[in-house]
Amino acid sequence: MSEILNFHFDVDGDDFTSAGKASVNVKKNLRQLGLPPEIIRRVSIAMYEGEINMVIHAGGGTADVNVTEEYVEILLSDKGPGIKDVDLAMQEGFSTATDNIRSLGFGAGMGLPNMKRYSDYMDIKSKVGEGTDIIMRVNII
Amino acid sequence: MTVEYLSTIDGMTPIVLCEPEREINGVYIGDLLSWVMGNATSGDAWITIMSNINILAVASLSDVSCIILAEGVTLEEDIVNTAKEKGINIISSELSTFETAVLLSHFL
Repeated sequence: MSEILNFHFDVDGDDFTSAGKASVNVKKNLRQLGLPPEIIRRVSIAMYEGEINMVIHAGGGTADVNVTEEYVEILLSDKGPGIKDVDLAMQEGFSTATDNIRSLGFGAGMGLPNMKRYSDYMDIKSKVGEGTDIIMRVNII
Repeated sequence: MTVEYLSTIDGMTPIVLCEPEREINGVYIGDLLSWVMGNATSGDAWITIMSNINILAVASLSDVSCIILAEGVTLEEDIVNTAKEKGINIISSELSTFETAVLLSHFL
């Protein structure tokens, strides 16, 4: 199995309006690769949720997408405050977002659950005060 | 029913019709964006009262057929322009969210 493509994005932590740029870009690229629409949908939504989380909670970070013959892999990395209790954060409805964020329609406590829902594999490594690294994979075959 | 057909019905006003022939296969209603991304299906018409720029990314990634802004909600011009660039259909409805959903149910 060889890596066939990868994309790197810097996610701007200050800019709520441009959040989603990386995901929309990935969607476009995956479409050009001719991947099935449902795979593209799952990858781009999972990635968008991750992007939004980095903007809301971590002041930005990086996103890397690797497309192999078997799966699409999304690597998210930030130097934010970290997640105190990952199990709690994974619960639907749990959120630490501010009212300001909620007024934009985010902070419903569905971001991490959606990332899990739309990926076939997900791993979160987080350390309070240091940051968070997330791997998600969506199988192509 | 196509998005274009919906936009011609009384109470509906087309804001952006980039893909007028897109078929509406179902309806999803919601204002919490992650909830929409978790539950809307491809081809749904998405009824919302949210009007910030992030609805465009959500609509694009969820692959909904159109956004319907209910309750007479309007969009700022720069958001309309971005929607045109991104090819996202948007219809404004002067009906309430409930009335908009009832109207759609007659055509699905």
